[in-house]
Amino acid sequence: MMNKLYNWIDERLDITPLWRDVADHEVPEHVNPAHHFSAFVYCFGGLTFFLVMIQVLSGVFLTMYYVPDIINAYTSVDYLQYKVQFGDIVRGMHHWGASLVIVMMFLHTLRVFFTGAYKAPREMNWVVGVLIFAVILGLGFTGYLLPWDNKALFATKVGIEIASSVPFIGDLIKEFLQGGDIVGAQTLTRFFALHVFILPAALLGLLAVHFIMIRRQGISGPL
Amino acid sequence: MSEHTTNHHSAEEHPKGKKREMSRRQFLNYTLGGTGGFLIGIPLVWNLRFAIDPLLQPSASSNYVKTVEESTITSTPTSVKFTISQVDGWYYSEPKMEAWVARGADGQIYALSPTCKHLGCTVNWAPEGHSNEFFCPCHGARYTVDGKELAVASAPLDEYDVQVKDGYVYIGPLKANSRV
Ligand code: HEM
Ligand code: FES
Repeated sequence: MMNKLYNWIDERLDITPLWRDVADHEVPEHVNPAHHFSAFVYCFGGLTFFLVMIQVLSGVFLTMYYVPDIINAYTSVDYLQYKVQFGDIVRGMHHWGASLVIVMMFLHTLRVFFTGAYKAPREMNWVVGVLIFAVILGLGFTGYLLPWDNKALFATKVGIEIASSVPFIGDLIKEFLQGGDIVGAQTLTRFFALHVFILPAALLGLLAVHFIMIRRQGISGPL
Repeated sequence: MSEHTTNHHSAEEHPKGKKREMSRRQFLNYTLGGTGGFLIGIPLVWNLRFAIDPLLQPSASSNYVKTVEESTITSTPTSVKFTISQVDGWYYSEPKMEAWVARGADGQIYALSPTCKHLGCTVNWAPEGHSNEFFCPCHGARYTVDGKELAVASAPLDEYDVQVKDGYVYIGPLKANSRV
C-alpha cells in the first residue's frame, strides 16, 4: 500500500534522487560507535540537532497558551503547566531541553576542537558553528525571561547589565534589549519576538549552511 | 552565447583608451542587484527604525515624592517605600520604589538606591549574617552605610536627591553617590 503510494508519487515527481541526496551517504568506520565505542563522541552534533528540534516542537506548542504580556505571562505559564493535560510534560521538555541543548552543543564543540576537525578545509564551518553557539545562547537568554517570575526578571536584569558593560555602545545595547528604561512590558514583547521568530529563523538558516558544508566536505578523517 | 562574439568584435573595433561600453552582463548585474537591494533594503529601513524606536524616545523625568516624616529617620538606614508614576510603552503603572533613608554623621538626610551596582539585583540593609552593611543576595556584593562598595561591586550605590520640606522627606531623581 505505502509502496504503491510511493511509486505513484515517484513516477510523477521523481523523488528518489531527492531523499537519496539527503539520506544516502557513507558513514566512515572511525565515526561509527558500532565499530569503536569511543566514536560516540561523533554523535554529539546530531544529538544537539535532535534537541533543537525538540525545542522547536515544544516551543511552537507552548505558544498556543503562552501570552507575552506582563499581566498575563506568569498566569498563562502557570495555567499551561498545571491545568492543561500534559502541560508539565511539554513545558518540561522545553525547560530541561533548553539546558541540554547547551550542554550537548558544548560537548560537540569540544569534540570538534580535540579531533582538530576545525582545520583546513573546514574553517568556515567552525565559524558558522560559533554563530550557532551564539544564537542558541541568545535563545536561552531570551526564553528565560518569558515565564515572568522573579528569577526571570532578575536573571534578565543581570544579563542586560553584563551586555551594557560593552565599551562605548553598552548603554545603547541595554536600551535596545530593554526596549525602554526598565525591564518591563516592552522587554517581554521584544524578547518574545526574538525568542520565537527572529532567533529560530537565524538558527535554522545557520544549521542549513552547517549541514550543507558537512555534506560537501564529509566528516573529517580519523585521528 | 552568441552575443559573445559580437562583443568581441566591437571591442576590437574600439581600441583601448576609447570609451568602454558596459557589457550586457554588467548591465544586468547592476540593474538586478540594484532592484534586489532596493526591494530588501527599503522595507528593512522602516522595520529597523521601528525596532530601535525606544532608543530615540526621550527618557522620563521624575518628580519629588513626599515620603516619611523627617523625625523618624535615624543613623540606621530604613527602607522607605514610595510610589511613582511609570510609563512603560502602553503600560501605565504606579510601582512601589524603595530607598534606604538614613541620617549621616553630618546630620544630613540621604537616600540610597537599592539597585546593586554589580549587576542590578536588589540590596538589603543588614540581613542575617551581615550586620552594619548593605548586602546583595545575587553575587554577595557588600556596601557601607554610605553606600561605598566593599566587595564584588565596582561602584557605590546610587543616591536619590532628597529635599526636606515641612518636616517631610521628599525623594527625587537618581544621581551618582555624593557621599563617598
Ligand atoms: C534552541 C532553542 C531554544 C532554547 C535554548 C529555548 C530556551 C527557552 C527557555 C530557557 C525558556 C524558559 C523556560 C522555563 O523557564 O521553563 C523558554 C521558554 C519558552 N520558549 Fe523557548 N527555547 C528554544 C526554542 C524555542 C522556539 C523555537 C520556540 C517557539 C517557536 C520557543 C518558545 C518558547 C515559549 C513560548 C516559552 C515560554 C513558555 C515557558 O516559559 O515555559 N522556544 N525557552
Ligand atoms: S547583582 Fe548584586 S552582587 Fe551581583
